[in-house]
Amino acid sequence: MLNFFKVRINHGSQAIKDIKKATVNDMHRGFPVVDEAFCLEKCEDCINCCPTGAISKSPLSLDIGKCVFCGECERLCKNKAIQFTNYHKISTTDRQNLIINKKLSYDDFNNNSIKIRKDIIKIFKRSLKIRQVSCGGCNACEMELNACSNVNFDMGRFGIDIVASPRHSDCILITGPITENMADALEDTYQCSPNPKIVILAGSCAISGGMFAKSNAINREFLAKYKIDLYIPGCPVHPLTVINGILGLLGR
Amino acid sequence: MSFLVTKNNKTFKLKDIPSLDINTFRDQIIKECKNNKRIVSFFCEKLEKFVILYAILASDEESKLYISSTLFKNEKSYPSITQEIQSFHLFEREFYEETGILPENHPFLKPVRYSKDRFDQNQKIEDYPFFKIEGKSIHEVGVGPVHAGIIEPGHFRFNCHGENIDHLEIQLGYQHRNIEKLFIQNQSSFYNLMILAESIAGDSTIANGLAFTHSIEALTNTNISRKSQSIRGIALELERSAMHIGDLSAICGDVAFLFGNSVFGAIRTLVINTLLKICGNRFGKGLLRVGGVNYDIDTNLNQEIKKTLNKVSKDVAGIADIMFSSPSVCERLEKTGIVDFDTAKKIGLVGMAGRASGINYDVRYNHPFGIYNYYPLYVLKLEGGDVFARSYIRYMEIMHSINFILEQLDSFPDYDLMTKEVGSIAKDSMVVSMVEGFRGEIVHSVITDNKGNICRYKIKDPSFNNWFGLAMAVRDNEISDFPLCNKSFNLSYCGFDL
Ligand code: SF4
Ligand code: SF4
Repeated sequence: MLNFFKVRINHGSQAIKDIKKATVNDMHRGFPVVDEAFCLEKCEDCINCCPTGAISKSPLSLDIGKCVFCGECERLCKNKAIQFTNYHKISTTDRQNLIINKKLSYDDFNNNSIKIRKDIIKIFKRSLKIRQVSCGGCNACEMELNACSNVNFDMGRFGIDIVASPRHSDCILITGPITENMADALEDTYQCSPNPKIVILAGSCAISGGMFAKSNAINREFLAKYKIDLYIPGCPVHPLTVINGILGLLGR
Repeated sequence: MSFLVTKNNKTFKLKDIPSLDINTFRDQIIKECKNNKRIVSFFCEKLEKFVILYAILASDEESKLYISSTLFKNEKSYPSITQEIQSFHLFEREFYEETGILPENHPFLKPVRYSKDRFDQNQKIEDYPFFKIEGKSIHEVGVGPVHAGIIEPGHFRFNCHGENIDHLEIQLGYQHRNIEKLFIQNQSSFYNLMILAESIAGDSTIANGLAFTHSIEALTNTNISRKSQSIRGIALELERSAMHIGDLSAICGDVAFLFGNSVFGAIRTLVINTLLKICGNRFGKGLLRVGGVNYDIDTNLNQEIKKTLNKVSKDVAGIADIMFSSPSVCERLEKTGIVDFDTAKKIGLVGMAGRASGINYDVRYNHPFGIYNYYPLYVLKLEGGDVFARSYIRYMEIMHSINFILEQLDSFPDYDLMTKEVGSIAKDSMVVSMVEGFRGEIVHSVITDNKGNICRYKIKDPSFNNWFGLAMAVRDNEISDFPLCNKSFNLSYCGFDL
């Protein structure tokens, strides 16, 4: 019994108090600062090294919907034209925003990244029940989404929960590139969820196919059919990116 | 000579692999397997006019691998090996799914993962031929592919008699991304393949990454600096302890011991954040590269990691003591989901689940690679084969891994290179790389052609061996204990589906 109390006291309170102000370790690769001014004319090292083809030139741009945040372009660029920061609030409501093609500060990015939608706020502001559907990928995004509900991040305190059935959900959250074998099950899950509902894509796999974009075993028709309300980039997505992104979408 | 005898991470020429006729090939495999050898991998290479089937067996006591092959031209079938050696059952099913060459008298020749390149494109994942049972008080429960929590997709079909599970059938394939083919398509640079290897299974990023780098380093004859090896070992053990701690947390959750669930959950965060501090990613993505590692551990970080791990070790011991001495927890764990030694041996369990059933095998010890050549670990095993054993062995392995990391940090070389130049790939060659991931034996087998390109990349995840173990474990258990049994194995879907 004594031991129990010792462990309990040692455990203390683990929850991150202010999710909005929390920061991630400096080493984390989050928002990239892309500065064409430093880019050498003939050099294409970053384009050639990138495993997902996320970078293009004139203007130098980096698509964080494709990027897997491996850091190779930053390592190779002798002039530091691409530099990753640990800034993690990189979710957005508009796919175009993920293409970083000018020197943006976090604040510039953040100011227009989330477009507030009255229809969403009116219904879901105070609570959102999410049905997650895993459609390929590597399972790291799933583990990070699980971590959103652990004692540290504790997403439940905002009324945002993962529910067991699509029948109980307001939102379909997709991870993975959507494999052919999973395409029908995803469609069924979507249909089972009551209207109105939100669709969220989490991770570069879901947003662009990521490392699997060129696979012949994926089927991304679903994404052409339905409107996507939020994009959460990362490989995997960081729990703070997820929670802050969703809070933003809900206007909180 | 029926077999080429070689070792983990050693390159050999394709022409040195004996090519036997199918009957000799089969007889020799059966003979060796009855003589204490074990299947490691069994896969085919489809060429234009014929199919080559490779078998890789291991002799764990000798630290040796035995490799043989056979050629199929027009033959459409052969007598299955599974009839004699049951651990081949899934390997032969996979071979059949890919080529259509029939292993005769296979006891349950069912689809494996509905791979994109399967020979019978008419087979559809929604028509999986489940076993059926009928009778009074008999019912079936179907779960998935979309599960209740945030888990990967797969379908479980329970044949129950009342509350009792008579049989569980596990149908997978939903995560299939044809990743083996992407290894052939993406080989313009090793770096692309490195990132691809990290995405095979995110919970085994380091283990799969290592199997990949080891195979390429063997094919290019690159030696890795002592320092890089040390960092790689540290990362692999961090991954192992993080996953085990996470699994203990989930097991606590499943038996409604929520205190353990929270405390283990918080400790896991400390461990994966240590990986974040080393390489900028909580799962170790971006750390490894062919020839070495991308990130160093400097003196400050070294001290910091030691401090964290000492705390982790103390905290894990504290909560594990409470967990494993609590009657209400133990009552659920003990004698639940038993896989006894004989069954485990017969179906070929590997890794920590195998060791919980008394199988004395760990790649780090039996086929050492990298840093484990210099700092050998001993094999931890238990006898029970129940959920308790599979939980307790995780606890033992966490402590073992942390001690290993602390030892590495104490003797950490601060000189030495981070990465080395890599040469070109050996032609017409093959290499087999085995790594002990947190679930067990990961095997990457790589074959190159006469231009030095990769022409076959075969991945075998420990889940491939162990999913059937879960099906055996839940037999004659209550269906309500299924989640617990499932967590005690924690197998990979994407590692299996590829
Ligand atoms: S960090 Fe992103 S953009 Fe840079 S090389 Fe890696 S995937 Fe490409
Ligand atoms: S985005 Fe990255 S981490 Fe997420 S599932 Fe895909 S490969 Fe895994």
